[in-house]
Amino acid sequence: MSTDITVTFTLNEARVSIETSPGRRVLDLLRGDLGLTAAKEGCGSGECGACSILVDGVAKLSCLMLVAQLEGREVVTAEGLGTVEHPHPIQQAFAQHGAVQCGYCTPGMTIASAELLARTSSPDRAQVREAISGNLCRCTGYVKIVDAVMAAAGAARGEDS
Amino acid sequence: MISTTPPGDPFQHRDALSKAVGAERFSTDFSPPGCLWAGARRAGVPHARIKAVHTEEARAVDGVTAVLTGADVPGSNLQGIVHKDQPVLATDTVRHAGDAVALAVAESREALAEALALIRVDLEPLPGVFDPELALAPDAPLVHAGREGGNLLARGLVHKGDARKAMNSCDVVVEGEFETPMQEHVFLEPPSGAARMTAKGGLEMVASTQAPFRDRFEIAHALDLNPMSIRVRAPYLGGAFGGKDGATVQCLLALAALKSDGQWVKMCWSREETFLAGYKRHAARMRVRLGASRRGELQALDCSMYFDSGPYAHLAVEIMALGLEHAGGPYRIPHTRMEGFCVYTNNPVGGAFRGFGVVQASFAIERSMDALAARLGLDPAELRLKNALRTGELNCAGVAMQSPSGAVECLEAMMAHPVWADRSNWKAKAPPFKRRGVGIAASLNAMGYGRGLPDAAAAKLELTREGNFKIFNSVPDMGQGNAPAFVQLAATALNQEASRFEVVQPDTRLCLPAGSSSASRTTYTFGNALLKACEAMREKLKARAALALLADEPSRLRLAPGMVVDDATGRSVPLAMLGAMLQRDDRICVDQCVMPVVENPPDTGKEFRLGFPHRFFAHGACVCAVEADELTGQVALLECVTAVECGKVLSAQGVERQVQGAAAQGAGFALMENLSTEAGHILTGDLSTYLIPTALDLPGLEWVSVDGDEPTGPHGLKGMGEVGIHGPAPAVAQALEDAVGLAIRRVPVEPEDVLRAMRGENA
Ligand code: FES
Ligand code: FES
Repeated sequence: MSTDITVTFTLNEARVSIETSPGRRVLDLLRGDLGLTAAKEGCGSGECGACSILVDGVAKLSCLMLVAQLEGREVVTAEGLGTVEHPHPIQQAFAQHGAVQCGYCTPGMTIASAELLARTSSPDRAQVREAISGNLCRCTGYVKIVDAVMAAAGAARGEDS
Repeated sequence: MISTTPPGDPFQHRDALSKAVGAERFSTDFSPPGCLWAGARRAGVPHARIKAVHTEEARAVDGVTAVLTGADVPGSNLQGIVHKDQPVLATDTVRHAGDAVALAVAESREALAEALALIRVDLEPLPGVFDPELALAPDAPLVHAGREGGNLLARGLVHKGDARKAMNSCDVVVEGEFETPMQEHVFLEPPSGAARMTAKGGLEMVASTQAPFRDRFEIAHALDLNPMSIRVRAPYLGGAFGGKDGATVQCLLALAALKSDGQWVKMCWSREETFLAGYKRHAARMRVRLGASRRGELQALDCSMYFDSGPYAHLAVEIMALGLEHAGGPYRIPHTRMEGFCVYTNNPVGGAFRGFGVVQASFAIERSMDALAARLGLDPAELRLKNALRTGELNCAGVAMQSPSGAVECLEAMMAHPVWADRSNWKAKAPPFKRRGVGIAASLNAMGYGRGLPDAAAAKLELTREGNFKIFNSVPDMGQGNAPAFVQLAATALNQEASRFEVVQPDTRLCLPAGSSSASRTTYTFGNALLKACEAMREKLKARAALALLADEPSRLRLAPGMVVDDATGRSVPLAMLGAMLQRDDRICVDQCVMPVVENPPDTGKEFRLGFPHRFFAHGACVCAVEADELTGQVALLECVTAVECGKVLSAQGVERQVQGAAAQGAGFALMENLSTEAGHILTGDLSTYLIPTALDLPGLEWVSVDGDEPTGPHGLKGMGEVGIHGPAPAVAQALEDAVGLAIRRVPVEPEDVLRAMRGENA
């Protein structure tokens, strides 16, 4: 058993300092201790992408990260992207374009998409497919997810969707 | 007036948004403070006698509150939807590697994991059976020792006319043996739930389940409880596709709760555990003889189908029944004989999966149609069209297609589609080292349970004190979008904005009984029940408003958004006022629907007490275009277009989403998904070895709507959750035959097979 350490990081724009064992998975810290359940566990082994979060702006699999790796970082979960009242344009686009079926992959998908749009404001469909290819979705066949990301990108550039 | 809904579907939007922002709570997200964790110790071997289960060391782990074995289970210890033969905890025999032999409960996941690792099981290995046909040999080891009938779980025969005699007088007969593998659902949310005993001795459960109302009886039977003291809630499911139709965590969780003194206990299977212990699409082997006249008129079908049930019946018999009922595809065949066997083996447990036995049958008949077309030198689409079932004609089981058949329209839509119509051009333009091909397939899929049990749902609708509405949904939404569909139906019926409706997700205490979320039945049954409840609500609101409006003829009033209006006087009453005025009893309307069944069932398939035959069918056709790489044998699916006739289309986006999801699973089945086993051990037991399509593996998945009208359906709709899955496997197979001359008889197609075919060796 490792002894507890204090990890300090930014979580959805708030400063968090938490005393915990350094070897725990970030996913468990978020979902368990912090009650942030948007990141889902679909496989626990880095295959499905349901647990994706942004760490310093880069999409990471929180089931493969250890708590100690968060020190000094900036973490954003789907909850930090937006809320029902103030959704992120990507979340809004997912809902509008039928990209959400069961919704279990969705928070992870929106994280991967947010990372893409932060890098590229005008992706083509192939780039979107590439960007979300680490996130499995069993319900949609991905078409409407790609539609949603394209629409969100268009909206961000000020085009009508 | 119902119109189709463009992007920005207002009915769908709210639920979707709460899921998109991560606010929606799935069963896995339900963690009451201080809850305990339960987990099962799995056998790990496919067939063995249990000599002893040692739990002392596990019990001694700090934080472990209980370690239970079969001896601790009150009641029958048996579960199973129709045939109760699957133990909650195996007591004397292990019958597949995923059998649970012990259950541990602990204060943390870490303590639970430690306890599970310390449970020691003394097993004496037994020889197993892993092939359904070999399992029928007289000297095969028995999966259920001493069972009358041995490993043959059930045999079924569905026939019409005299197929064998008719076969002899056919101008051409093709025959073939086809195989389809086990398929894993890979719903993204693993099976999960939480349960506790209440102060009054009841059992309360939240679970990711397709059938909360049935779960009560499953749990009660297995654990000797009063079903009415069990409350099951089903929040939105993170996918299911049939894999959560039946007990996954339910009985284990209930047992854990029984021994946990009122504390909440939570259980979440890992992905690997889901592979090991969850239900699979049945592997099937099918032998088909199909005979026709020289002009290509189908005359006779004679086939036998073997379904690998695994060690427990679960839904195997009912799945086989559906397989036999669909073995003739959407075609007119005067003489048929479909014989089926479902057989116990020590493989993983077979179960429901979108397409329920039809996926297998559809692959076999469609490939046989291709063989016939080739033999007769006919275009495969023309051959299908010539034989497609029309309304009123008898299907292969001898049931008249009472409900309008869209088989012809679906095929015609696909034949007119550029991917099919311009295929020669497209193929000629194949890039270097690539070969191209295009294939077409047709299908149908029954909806609903069929005869033998009521396919029923009861709906409850409440006007709230604030003048809004609550729909008490009884059939889980596993992602197919029931909840928004119900809002759409009710909002339209009551002429109200969607934002006035809240859908209460299934809760056996608050909602009224309904069957499972399965068999493409939910919108039809619950939708019809809800429309009737809306009708009652409308009449009631008018009658009560008449009091306030002093209108002596309530019939002249009408509902407008947020109010009831009397056009004669120009006055109106807000719904909020009615809500505040009425007692709770008076604010509720309830009604039900029982799906009609075939009126004159044919005199066949007598073995099937449940679920045969069906009256309603959705229809589909599919075109796939593939490109095979001459150097690697890799196959890329470049186009996949599906036409579906599922009655009237209420929400274009809703149908399109279901068709795309189904086509994606069909494409996986065609090209990559293979739950492979060796002597009962799963070789592809996680997501790094069992591959499902990613966004890079799939093309656009286009949908072509074929409008139908089912007079008994809510606003004319049928069900459509399943029919879209059938096309890709046979269409891809035909496309590959077109591209490289490979006569494909099993899926998934492996690159090695394609390479061999291109070298001129046929598989
Ligand atoms: S749970 Fe992290 S990738 Fe699947
Ligand atoms: S919406 Fe269900 S897994 Fe993507």
